Amino acid sequence: MKGKNSAGFIAFIIAIIVIPFIINNDYYIGVLVFTAFNCLACIGLCLLMGYAGQISIGHGAFVAIGAYTSAILTSKLAWSPWLAMLCGIAIVVVIAFCIGIPALRLKGHYLAMATLGFASIIHIVAVAAVDLTGGPSGIVSIPRLGLFGHVLSSDTQYFYFSWGVVAFGIYIAFNLINSRVGRGLQAIHGSEDAASSLGINITSYKVKVFILSAVYASVSGSLYAYYVNYIDPGPFDVMLSILLVTMVAVGGLHHIWGAVIGAIVLSLLPEFLSFISGYLQVIGIKYQPDYDTLVYGGILLIIMLFLPEGIFKGIDGAIGNVKSFFLKVAGRPSRRV
Amino acid sequence: MSDSILELENLRKNFGGVVAVSDLSLKIRRGTVSSLIGPNGAGKTTIFNLVTGFLSPSSGQIYFAGRRLNKIKPHMTASVGIGRTFQNVQIFSNMSVLENIMVGRHLRSRAGIFYSSFFPPFLRKEENTIREDAEKQLTFLGLDQYADVPAGSLPLGNQRMLEIARALALEPKLLLLDEPASGLNARETIAMGGLIEKIKNMNITVLLVEHDMELVMDISDHVAVVNFGRLIAEGTPIEVQENPDVITAYLGE
Repeated sequence: MKGKNSAGFIAFIIAIIVIPFIINNDYYIGVLVFTAFNCLACIGLCLLMGYAGQISIGHGAFVAIGAYTSAILTSKLAWSPWLAMLCGIAIVVVIAFCIGIPALRLKGHYLAMATLGFASIIHIVAVAAVDLTGGPSGIVSIPRLGLFGHVLSSDTQYFYFSWGVVAFGIYIAFNLINSRVGRGLQAIHGSEDAASSLGINITSYKVKVFILSAVYASVSGSLYAYYVNYIDPGPFDVMLSILLVTMVAVGGLHHIWGAVIGAIVLSLLPEFLSFISGYLQVIGIKYQPDYDTLVYGGILLIIMLFLPEGIFKGIDGAIGNVKSFFLKVAGRPSRRV
Repeated sequence: MSDSILELENLRKNFGGVVAVSDLSLKIRRGTVSSLIGPNGAGKTTIFNLVTGFLSPSSGQIYFAGRRLNKIKPHMTASVGIGRTFQNVQIFSNMSVLENIMVGRHLRSRAGIFYSSFFPPFLRKEENTIREDAEKQLTFLGLDQYADVPAGSLPLGNQRMLEIARALALEPKLLLLDEPASGLNARETIAMGGLIEKIKNMNITVLLVEHDMELVMDISDHVAVVNFGRLIAEGTPIEVQENPDVITAYLGE
């Protein structure tokens, strides 16, 4: 299991290094940079949903807070982007703590309700607090991020940087899962009563992992702001939060790789749809971008029906089946527990 | 005082108008195996839940090793040295057998969220210690060969063993076993009796709720009989068996 994860991690790093050499198109590299932001937020959300068994329908709000804090502090007060990002993290930690304490003391899915409300509030604030957020017209001239005095000006540079951050996020998540704390979280998911009978402080652990997942979202938002250099409330509505939850669910709740795969698949899907719409036109079907929602819903339905554990488990299981089939053909007994 | 590890004083628990435990006083002597028996619904599991903080008493006191335990959270009873198992097995079925026991080492290890997330497992010394301790526990129960098997796929008898192993990993002073033999076949029940004997020899006080009378009479030093939330008899297994009140409670008038 652990060997498999490190092998996956190495493959992931190699893929990151190689991809810009294969895809020599700034537009597609840009799409992949946005994918990285979603990935980052989804990894955090996966720790919360898959390992602690809590749902947040407000992670888009934490992305927004990260983005807006970075935007306001750098463009209006000329702070360093890094310092602004840390400030965003600090704000998110405080807010997640304040939401988490009352919502997570209760059994059941109260966190989902609390965060859903929070997401709408943040969106309304972003639209209405014109002096602070610029309202619907947003904030412009956000600087790009620099690394060791070198500004990440090209899309390829930003691609390497943001996917590097994702890799670091995966590294942290895996370390955490394979630790005393991670086992504690999985135990809470398995049985709260048993976990507390072994001395695990359930509320404290849930709040901690909620804060950690909010930090992932905040960093993702900050990186987004530094990449697009302009933000408005548009992308930060409640749909973003729901999309993030969907990505994690589609990929597979119970595995970090599931969250990564889910984020990649759903982030690239619109590009794929607009790509095939050209071919559909040839055979006489007029594909409108509005149909995207329909396709999304269909895909979600199919995955929940046939791969309820998500795409990752589906692939993993298929590989296992193929392997045992070939072992059987070769006359060797398959080793499956 | 120092002779008894757990003392219940006029313990009472009401659920609305229903009195589940009624002014019950009981002392459990250190280093013994004691059993709590009684018909279904007598309030035995409620007593366990009161002692381990899953419920808080309506009135009365609970003393553990001389310390008052009222209104204490479940996770804190573990840290004072009370381990427990559950009537319907509560193992972490999504984790491996070894990982289940590793969770039991929670209070015997320290790593926090920051330390855990920045250092990979193989660089953390504590992680190895936890693993070794858990493996020892697994060997003690003879579940070695199942270490990497998902806990949920074990047969029930082994799941009950695993639940006890996990509680033992806590190094408790008092172990509460809620119907450890329910659902076990005759052979597994005998093995369970042997295990409880071994736990007693490790200087851990055991209190169990159990319906298998043969097992109870075989392994207990002390038996307490509860009916309708009241203590109706207590003493050695032989004394209890001859008590007319007990016979009435079980067989009717």
